[in-house]
Parts: sequence; C-alpha cells; structure tokens
Amino acid sequence: MLLIACPNCGPRAQAEFTFERPLASIVTPTETLPDLIHKLFTRENPRGPSWELWRHTYGCAGWLKVHRDTHNHQISAALPVDMETPS
Amino acid sequence: MSGPMRLADGGLIDRSRAVSFVFDGQTYQGYAGDSLASALLANGVVLFGRSFKYHRPRGVMAAGIEEPSALVQAGSGGRYEPNSRATDVFIYDGLQSQSQNRWPSLSFDLGGLNSLISPFIPAGFYYKTFFGGPKLWLLYEHLIRQMAGLGMPPTKADADIYEHRAAFCDVLVVGSGPAGLAAALSASAAGSRVILAEQDERLGGSLLTDPATIDGQASDQWIAKAREALIAAGGRILTRTTAAGYYDHDLVNLVQRLTEPGQTPGADGLAQRLWRVRAGKVILATGAFERPRLFEGNDLPGVMLSGAVRTYLRRYGVRAGSRAVITTDNDDAYRTALALAEAGASIAAILDSRPADGVHSALVQKAMAQLPVHFGAKLIAAKGSAKGLKGASALIDGKVTALDCDLIAVSGGFSPVVHLHMQAGGTLAWDELSGSFSPDQTRQNQTTVGAAAGANGLSATLLSGWSKASTKAKAKAAPTCASDDDVALNIIADWEPAPQASLKKAFVDYQNDVTAADLDLAWREGYRSVEHLKRYTTLGMATDQGKTSNLVGLARLAKSEGRPVPSVGLTTFRPPYTPVTLGVLAAEATGAHLDPRRRPVLYQTHAAEQPIWQPVGYWHRPRAYPMGTENLHQAAHRESLTVRTKVGVTDVSTLGKFDVSGPDAATFLQLICATTVGKLAVGRGRYTIMLREDGMVMDDGTVWRTEENRFLLTSSTGGADRMAAHLSYVRKVIAPQLKVAVANVQEHWAAVAVAGPLAKDVVAALLPQMAVPRHMSLDVGELAGVPTLTLAASYSGERAFEIYAPSDQIAPVWAAIAKAAREIGGCLYGLEALEILRIEKGHIVVGGEIDGRASPHDLGLSKMLRPAGGYIGHTALQRPAFAQPGRLQMVGFEAVDGSAIPEGSMVLTAPKTLPVGHVTAAGLNVIKGGSIALGFLRDGFSRTGESLIAWSPTRNQTAKVKVTTPVFYDVAGVQYRD
Amino acid sequence: MQRYSALSLLRGGLNGQKSWQRAWRDPAPKSHYDVIIIGGGGHGLATAYYLAKVHGIRNVAVLERGWIGGGNTGRNTTIVRSNYRQPALHNLFEFSLKLWEGMSDDLNYNVMFSQRGAMFLGHSDSDMIRLAERGDAMRAAGIDAEFMTMDQLRKKLPLLDLSDKARYPIVGALNQPRGGTARHDAVAWGYARAADALGVDVIQNCEVLGIDRVGGKVTGVQTTRGPIGADRVGICVAGNSGQVAAMADLRLPIESHLLQAFVSEPVKPMVDMVIMSQSIHAYVSQSDKGEIVMGGDPDLYPTYSQRGRPDRIEGVAGQCIALFPALSRLRMLRSWAGTTDMSFDGSPIIGTTPVEGLYLNGGWCYGGFKATPASGWTYAYTLAKGEPHALNAPFSLDRFETGATIDETGAGPMPHHR
Repeated sequence: MLLIACPNCGPRAQAEFTFERPLASIVTPTETLPDLIHKLFTRENPRGPSWELWRHTYGCAGWLKVHRDTHNHQISAALPVDMETPS
Repeated sequence: MSGPMRLADGGLIDRSRAVSFVFDGQTYQGYAGDSLASALLANGVVLFGRSFKYHRPRGVMAAGIEEPSALVQAGSGGRYEPNSRATDVFIYDGLQSQSQNRWPSLSFDLGGLNSLISPFIPAGFYYKTFFGGPKLWLLYEHLIRQMAGLGMPPTKADADIYEHRAAFCDVLVVGSGPAGLAAALSASAAGSRVILAEQDERLGGSLLTDPATIDGQASDQWIAKAREALIAAGGRILTRTTAAGYYDHDLVNLVQRLTEPGQTPGADGLAQRLWRVRAGKVILATGAFERPRLFEGNDLPGVMLSGAVRTYLRRYGVRAGSRAVITTDNDDAYRTALALAEAGASIAAILDSRPADGVHSALVQKAMAQLPVHFGAKLIAAKGSAKGLKGASALIDGKVTALDCDLIAVSGGFSPVVHLHMQAGGTLAWDELSGSFSPDQTRQNQTTVGAAAGANGLSATLLSGWSKASTKAKAKAAPTCASDDDVALNIIADWEPAPQASLKKAFVDYQNDVTAADLDLAWREGYRSVEHLKRYTTLGMATDQGKTSNLVGLARLAKSEGRPVPSVGLTTFRPPYTPVTLGVLAAEATGAHLDPRRRPVLYQTHAAEQPIWQPVGYWHRPRAYPMGTENLHQAAHRESLTVRTKVGVTDVSTLGKFDVSGPDAATFLQLICATTVGKLAVGRGRYTIMLREDGMVMDDGTVWRTEENRFLLTSSTGGADRMAAHLSYVRKVIAPQLKVAVANVQEHWAAVAVAGPLAKDVVAALLPQMAVPRHMSLDVGELAGVPTLTLAASYSGERAFEIYAPSDQIAPVWAAIAKAAREIGGCLYGLEALEILRIEKGHIVVGGEIDGRASPHDLGLSKMLRPAGGYIGHTALQRPAFAQPGRLQMVGFEAVDGSAIPEGSMVLTAPKTLPVGHVTAAGLNVIKGGSIALGFLRDGFSRTGESLIAWSPTRNQTAKVKVTTPVFYDVAGVQYRD
Repeated sequence: MQRYSALSLLRGGLNGQKSWQRAWRDPAPKSHYDVIIIGGGGHGLATAYYLAKVHGIRNVAVLERGWIGGGNTGRNTTIVRSNYRQPALHNLFEFSLKLWEGMSDDLNYNVMFSQRGAMFLGHSDSDMIRLAERGDAMRAAGIDAEFMTMDQLRKKLPLLDLSDKARYPIVGALNQPRGGTARHDAVAWGYARAADALGVDVIQNCEVLGIDRVGGKVTGVQTTRGPIGADRVGICVAGNSGQVAAMADLRLPIESHLLQAFVSEPVKPMVDMVIMSQSIHAYVSQSDKGEIVMGGDPDLYPTYSQRGRPDRIEGVAGQCIALFPALSRLRMLRSWAGTTDMSFDGSPIIGTTPVEGLYLNGGWCYGGFKATPASGWTYAYTLAKGEPHALNAPFSLDRFETGATIDETGAGPMPHHR
C-alpha cells in the first residue's frame, strides 16, 4: 500500500486516496471531439513514471498531482492540483 | 514424567507445569513450553499424519513453521482449525487435536491404497485421462475432491474476534535470534524507536537450540537483558507475531497470535491481531531453513531435519531416537550428532557427502574422535513404516552398507529465509558452494542480517545484526560470543542422490508427494520453466509453500537443464510468509459490519410506524407503512392511491443536496447540468440532468436559484456520493478559475415531501406566513417553530412540496405535516408507492432507466438539452453511434391481456425471436388499474401502438403488451399546477 | 501427437514413465511466418491452434517473452461462465462455453472443466430484478439460467449465511448450471500441445522488441532472438497491450490495473459451486485440490507491479466470511496478482487496427480466462480473413470513437469505476 504525501495533510496511506486519471486525460467541455476521444478514450499507459490526478478522498478531500512510477511505485512528487506540473 | 522419550532434565520447558492434551482421542501429558510436536514425540508418537496424494505415513520433519508433514486439526465448534502445524502449536490444557486426511484412522488409512497405484499416477497424470466430456469429468471429479483436501472444513462461525492496529516505528526488526536481537539493541542504542517481532513465543531464535556465551554471559541471560534494555528504551516487543507480508513503501503486516489453535481467548475475546506497521527501516533477521536431502524413503516417520533433532533435544528435552544416522553436507549436523551422543543415543554413522581430504574444523575433528564419520558417503534409503524406522542403507566407501537406526537426522545445507526481502522487491545473489541464495539488491528501505543474509557462524551473525541496524553502530561495540560457539557451516552443497536410490520414493515436496522422479518426468515432457515445473508437479504449492523443498527442486531442474541453479530462475515470493487466518485479515469488517449502514435522521420516527424497510445503497429507508394485515403490495397501492386522491407524506431527506454559491455559480452549473440553468429566476427551480463525460446520463435532479448567486442542486440518493465527487472534480480540476463554492449539504438538510391534490391545503395551513409557492418555485417560512425552505416540486405527478429543515430540527416538522395530512385522510408513503407513482408518471431513476448506457436522446430528453452545449458530456454526444438507428429508446408498455408485466423481462415481437427491448420497471395504473411498465425498445420512439410480448423465462411469466409513450398519468401535466 | 488416455497411463506405469514425449517442441524461430502471434497465453495459443485447425494456416509462430501461460492465464480465479446481460457479451461467452464443453476431448488434454454451476446471489428485491433481467436475456438467447430457491441454496451450500442478520441478507440466486471452473494452466498447455502437433511453433523466451512496418504495412517483428518476418501479426498480450501496441505507434483505450486473488489452505469439500454476489463484490469457489479460491475488487489504480495492496485482500476476506462465516478460521495460503488490460467499457477488443496486417486482442479487464477458446477462435478467424467474425465484430477498437460501446455494468469510461 502506497504512502502518499498529501500536500495538505502529510504522508498518508493509500487507503485514504482515490486514483482519478492520468493528468493527460483531463478533458474540458471546450475540447474538440477528436481531442476528447484522444484524451478521454486512449491512454499512454506507461510502464514507468506518470503524472496522475489523485484525490485525498478520506482525508482533506483535496485533489493532488502525483508523479508515480507505475512499475516500482516510487512517488517522486505530490503537488496541490493548482500547482504547475514541472516539465 | 511426560513420555518415554523425554530426557530427565534440561530444556526450556517448565517441568513444574504439566499440561494435559488430546491427540486422536488419546490423552497425553506434556509441559508448559512444549509444542504439540515435542509433546507427542516425548510420548513416543512417531506417526503424525498422512500425505496429500499417496497418503503415506508421515512423522515430524522440522521444529518450526516450515514443517510440511505434521499437520493436525485443533479445537472444535467455532474454534476449530484444520491444517495446523504440530510444530507451531504450543500446547495448553485441554487442547483437542486430531490427525487429518485419513480414513478410518491414522494408523489404518484406506487412502494409503493410492500408494499401491502410485506407478500409474505420476505428476500430472490427471491431465492425461478422465476424457469423455464434462458430465463424465464431474463424476470423476466428485471422487477426486473427496480424496483431496487436507483437514475437514470448519462448519461454524468464528467464536472469537480479531482486530487491526496501526503502528509506526523508526526500525522494525523481524526475528529475535542473535542477529535480530543485536540489530534491535544497536538501533535502540542509536535512539531509534524499535518494534521487534518474533513468531515464536520466546525470544532467542537459534540460541534456544544452541545456547552460547555472549558478551561473557549465558545466552538466556543475554536475551533477558536485551529484552529489558529494549523495553526500557521504549521499544515494543511482540512475540508470537509473524511478519506475514512486506508491501509497498515499507508497510509490513504483522500477525500476532493471542491464542493457540482451538484455544479460548482471554477476557477481551481476541484471538489474533493484525499490526500494520509503517516502518522507517526494516531489518530482516529471519534466519535460515535447513534443507532435506534426496534418498529413498526420505519422508518416513523418523527422518527429521538435523537442526530439528537438536531443537527437540535441547529446547524440549526430547530425544527423538536412540540410534541415529546423520546425513550431511556441512558442519552443523555434527553438533546434532554430538548432542545426541551426549544425551545417550548411539550414532550409527555420520554420512558426510563432502570429500575426506578437506580441512576439518575442530568440531568435525571432535566428532571424528568419538563417532563413526564417513566422508564421501551418502544415504541410499531409509526403511520403515508408519511405526517408525527400521534401519537404512548407505553408500560408504563405494559400498552399499546396511545401518541399524531409528532416527535419521538430515542436513542438506541451509537456505536463508529471503521471503520478506523478495516480497519487498529485492534481488538475490547465488553462492554455488553453499548452494544458497541470499539477499542482494533492495528496493525498499530494508536490510537483511544474520543467517538470512548468509552470515556464517554466531560471531558473524551478531556483528551483521549490530552493524547493519544503524549507521552509528561501531563494530567494536558489537556483541561477541565465545569461540567454541562460533561454528562455521562449511557447506559443500551436493544435490545428487546416491545412484542406488530409487527416485520414485525420494520426495522433494513432502506434503504434495512430489518426488525427484516426478520432477524428472515433468522436465522430459517439456515443463522446463521453473514455473511450469511447479505448476505441473505442484512442487512448492502445499501449505508449507516449499520452505524446505524449493531449492532441492530447483537444483534437480538445474541438473536436468545442465545449467547452474540461478539461471533456471526462481518462483515469485508473495505474501503471506506463513498462512494467515482469514478472520484476522477481515477483523471487524465482516458479517453485520461488512459495510456501514446509513439511517435517515428520521429513522426512529419511522421505526415507530413499523414500516417495511428497504436497503438503498448503504441507506435503509421505509418501503411501505402497512396497516393491519396489509402486505407490501396492498400497502403500497393504498399509499399511492391516497397520494393520487388526497395527500401523502414521505421522507426525502437522503436526496443529494448541494449548495452552489458565488459570482460564477451559474457558470459552474452550466458545466454540470445539460439543461439551461443560467436564465433561472431567483425563487424558481427546474428539473435537470447531468451527463458523464462520455455523454451518458449520470443522474437527474432539480436546480433552484435561492439567491442571485446561490443555487441548491439536488440529485438522487444513490448517486449522491458520486455527484459530490463529480462536483468537486469539476470545481477544482476542470474549472478552478471560477469563483464558486460548492458545499455538500446532503446531511445538513432533511426534507419532507407532501404530495396530492390536498397537499396545498396542508402546506397553507402549516405555513400561513408564507404564500404557497407555485409549481417549481420556492419560499422560506417557519413550521413548528423551525425555519424551513419550501420547494414546490413533484416526483409523483401531483401538486407537491418538499419542505426542508435543518436535519437536527426535522422531527417536529415531520410530525406536524404527518398529523395535518392524516387529519384530512392522508397517509405516510414509502419507496414502493413512490416507485409506483414515478413509473406512472414516466420519471426516470438511477439504476433503472438511468443505467449508464442511455444517452439523453435515448431517454427522450433531447429537447431539454442546452442547444449551445458547453456542458460536460456534450462533445462526446456528437459521436455517430448516438444518432444511428437501432438505439434502445425509452418507452412505456401497457399490458393488454390482464397479466402483470414482469419487471426485468425481455420484450419480443413474437415468441422465439430475439429480444428487441426490455422492461426496466413495472407498476400499475393507480386509479384505473392494469399493469404498466417502463422500458427500452429498439427504435422505440417510432413504435407506439405496436403489440409485443414481455417474456420472463426464468420466472415463467408472459404478458402481451402495447407500446405507449412513457407517461401514463396526466400527460398534459395539469395536476401539479394550481 | 502422442495420445493421452487411461491406457497410455497404464503403459507409462509399466515402463517406468520412460516413454512420454515432450508436450510441445522447443523450435528455433524461422525467418518468416504467415502469422505471428505475440503472446503465449491461453488466448494466443488458442488463436494459433484454431488458425491451424480451422483455417489450415500452419506456418504460425507464437512468441512468448517468458513461459507460456505465465501472464493472466495463470493468475486468475479460473471461473468459466456466460451469464452476461448484454447480447454481444453473452453471445461471445456462450460460444466460448460451448468450446469449453468439448475442449478436453478436442485437445486430448484434460483441462478439468467442471460444470459445478456458477451463480449470482441476490440480496434485495432490486437485486433480484436485475438478476431476472440478466437471466431472461440469457434464456432468450438460448443460454441456461435459473433461479434457485432458498431451500435449494440451503441444501446445496449449507455453510452459506442465509440468516436475516447478514449485512446483505441473501434472498435468492440466479444460477448458470453449465458454469464452473477449469484448470487454468492446463488450458495453456493443452492448446500449446495441440497447436504444436499441427505444426505451430511455440517459441518461449522470445521477447518482441519492435514491430516492423514498410509503407504502413506490417512486415514482421524484432525479437530478442532476432528479426522474424510475418505477413500478419496479432497482438495478444493482455496486461501489456499498450506497451506492445506502442511499438507500432498505436495508443489504445486500455489502462493496466491489478487484480488480486488468493486461496486458503486445502480442506475437504465445503463450497460446491462458484459463488458471486450482486451486492458483495467477492467470488468464492473451491478447487479440486480443496483450496478455497477467493477474489474481489481490483486495486483501482494503474500499475504493472503485480504487487497488490493488502487492504484489498483484507476487504475480500471480510466479504467472503460474510457469505460463508465458517471461512473465518481457514488460512490464506497464497495470494497473487495479475495485470489486467482495463478497457473503457469493460469489454474486450478483438479485431483490426489502423496498421495494415496488425491485429489486436486485448482489453479483457477481469474476464479473459473464460473467454480463452472463443477469443482464440474469433481472433483466428479475424487473422485468417482479415476481417472480424460476427461474434467479435462488436468488439472493435474504434467503438470508443464511434460511441458504440458495450458496457455491461454501465459504469462508464473510467476503468477504476468498474
């Protein structure tokens, strides 16, 4: 079970969090249909580092951007959702 | 005296406390501190159980958790446990235990006939026969299943309770042998908070078998002082506690056993406890398992691991035989031989497979001086039966030699216990000489020490634990032992059985009866990947998970492949390290407490009316309020008729409710709602639907503008949590720039709905200070002294109001409304009547017509959609499939033959054709009578009037139906207007 | 192929098991094949078998990175059933079930397909209506489904908690008598042996590193054992579909998640059927060996780690004990985790791709094992004809683009909501 450092609450067990989606799959209502299909209905699905959107559902209920390796589960960053994602 | 094999003195048992227990109906005596195995051995018992496949007689192999053979069932009723290892059960007064997998008795087991046909049922035989189709297989399988399995299954619910506890520490030390204790002392001295977990009931590990002098004191004193020091420094010591799983980010699950199998717990009723330990660093001091060796009959009662023989002798004061043969590839077994000799046993031979020309250690030289030691020698076969050993044959100096013995002590070297290291994602390094894998790279914050890390000898073990536990530890300060106690293993691994030994009786996996011949056969047949070998032969898949046997099997495979052991690979190590009781995994979260139960704030008020309850998600809500002898359907019909003709009152407190406020509140809601919201006047409300991003309808509800910049959004009860998450997502992720606040007020507001032609009279009488709002308007007032918000909205199709009040003040509001309604002939109504009314009115519901597959078009809601778009789901709705013919569209069905339309039934054009639609919900025409239903029909919008069949083959029900529009009551919509 | 039978076992017993041949060869890769299947799981091996058997295409190679059957074929709960509500799904799975019924004899390899019955428990009237809808849809398609009364349940499963004290009291069940379990590894081995006998090369320890294309058309693959040419290449690597498709610059509607399951120590028979529940997301059965096999909800986030979270296992244990209180004193012996290809409507993808000559079979979510024969059969058809069979036509890759999704649960496009 992962240990995720919530920017608001500090390190907490994964059981308090829910995974939402990769950041790349966030779509807005202004998206064109081809863009929406690409972002919402396909995934890079990397075996390695990935930027993801999580929610501290059973904690502060805030959203956070998590940089996580999908293979070894190392988490290199957990940022508030409104913070710019480092490139 | 507790048995003929017990020595007169010695051991760590408490001879002042006799313990009485039962095995297979016979009562025995042991001492406190005895394991079930040691107590039975002391009493001269050699036969403990029967193997899985051939039902071969088996004794006890080991002295710890790695035991493959001596399995028993213990306890009874709600404390009955099958498959307990006799070596891992500490006896207590009244322990009831039985052997298993035998019939009619352990000594006379008819299943032993399998042994006679063993030449015809080699590994994987079942893949090659029992053909003739599934029906025939089911017959064969029935017999196979009776033969398979180990213990009898439990039949009662658990009598005891379990709990989970979370803990944190700087350093978790697993194992309290010399390395673990040294590590814990070192970490503690460096100021770390330490948890020390030991699966045994005593600290000490190998020191319990091989007492030593450490730092100038006897090891039992050293252990006692270490315990004191750790506790004084604030550490936590958990005995009878097994580290079962090592998970991501240094989470280790510890299972603490507070009772032995079948034992009644203390006053708290706790049988076991699961500790979830999140550790800063984990030290694995898990020791090593001794390996068996391949020879014919190596599974017979009386054949034991050498270390186990010594443990029974030293720790339990039990001499497992009087004339022993030792077979070894290392020095450690010499300690067993010398100890046996010292305890009065004779040593028939020490068969050392190592060459004679090596340099002999002091220990070996000591043995050579007094015992018959043969180098380059191998055991060929053990001979014996269920009653014990009757000698052996060996290859000594190239000659087959008969040996007289009743005990064979086997040492095939040692395998470091790397399970947790591997679970943590570590890698292994291979040492060819000792034939062992030990930890190499680690992925998590853990390190392995002592024998588990391949440390050789007590001195190295202590140093390894001490220095790896803390960066501050100075090697000079490490505990040291007397040189006599520092025995190096000097293993020269030799996997090769004597050529004279029959491999068909040379067992690798004891419990599953996998022989060396089976492994060779599987290899010849092409099952050459280690995983194929394991799965084809079931090697390592028994309850011991191959703890002692895996490497013997791997070595056999490597020989067949002609490759070194590490290149044939390893099977994966996964939790649990030892089997874990399901009860402790679940703890409280099972049975009636599996999930929370949510009760509406008016629960007690409803309960006083003795309603029929209905589960809705986690909620429990009144389904109907029967009067007298009414059944559910009679009550619901009366209630719905009362709503249609007079007035009814129902509790709608569980609806999703969200307060949306701020300058951009309307803009925000335009994202959420697919209908027009922005133009809503203050004081007005509107029905709305919310779509998923893929265009399907997610939920429906109402949206009310309470102030210029404030809205109240309602959604379904079942969808409320999902809606809350959706609103948060849109607010924080999709549209963070909007100036809007969203508050989930589901539990802040409770609400009472009043519906029916007389609803307005009830409201007007109770809220005289307020003008009665028009349909889809709202007003505030005060009822029964409570401030209320009144929304004029209708779900039933009647003139209706929802009166909101703060949850903690709803009771008087409900009471006043219920009383007023009843005084004019009204009644309470529940979910069943609500369902009847909404079906008649054609209102859709989540879980019914809102099934996650229906678009707003399919539900006939196209006209309601905001033409400009801009709401979530709009873009995806432009995909072509939504406009193609053949869609399932929502329609009404009316029974034309007087039958009831079965809910969930298929809709066909003619018998024996494929369905063209289905019924989602069925009800009745409340006033006129007759069965009506809602459902989906392929291209249904254009099929009104068509005659079809609603067919439920599973319930043997049929109704002839006519397709209608999905509104059966007040199509013009005049009832809810004034 | 050396035939297996009771007689052959007798012979083996008399000659000391010396005469058994390899179940399948260990061939070196040829330079070119008509069809290459990437992935030696049950699905890939079945595909090769049906290509050879039904379509006469025998110049086929199955390339497996590790050992055959080592992916999700060997990491599931072995349940076989066709009790789906949506017609496209129950048609495919029923076709599969019929193939299962003849599989042991067809392959001459006992896959131990045990039709003990697979049933869904209902815990409320609304559960029962949804079960009726499922059952009626199945029966209308000619698939077996029947309700069990409480008395029948009591008799068949005496250890099931049928009391009203349960958090979700059981009120009935919909049974598919022809459902059951099979021996998962045997399916891979049986297909491998039968395909091998028809000339198919089953090549283990051969990892595909690249997919070669010329002018937009597939020409072969690069592997750890060198380049291999092919007219057609079929991807069949559920769990890793995205990784392999990326070699052809395809981005798929698939996310890789993890599903755990576990078994108890073996005991004598106590659970006679496959039990699933409409309200409790756990499933329980008992293997021939006597182990109770349990599974439940997935880990709900993307991962290739095959390392499960403990709280999920703990939750499933609680669910299973809630169904069978006597399970509490059994012990979890072994747990495992499989990487599942999560598609965005919960249904598989079997068909063509935008790359000519490249085909995709994946997206099986948690339901792939039972589909093994039908998946192979329809995929073989698609690879042979260049177009899908009617059974797999609905499961096209482009259905997310067109909107023609097949959503059994209605959970929508987020894999972790399923």
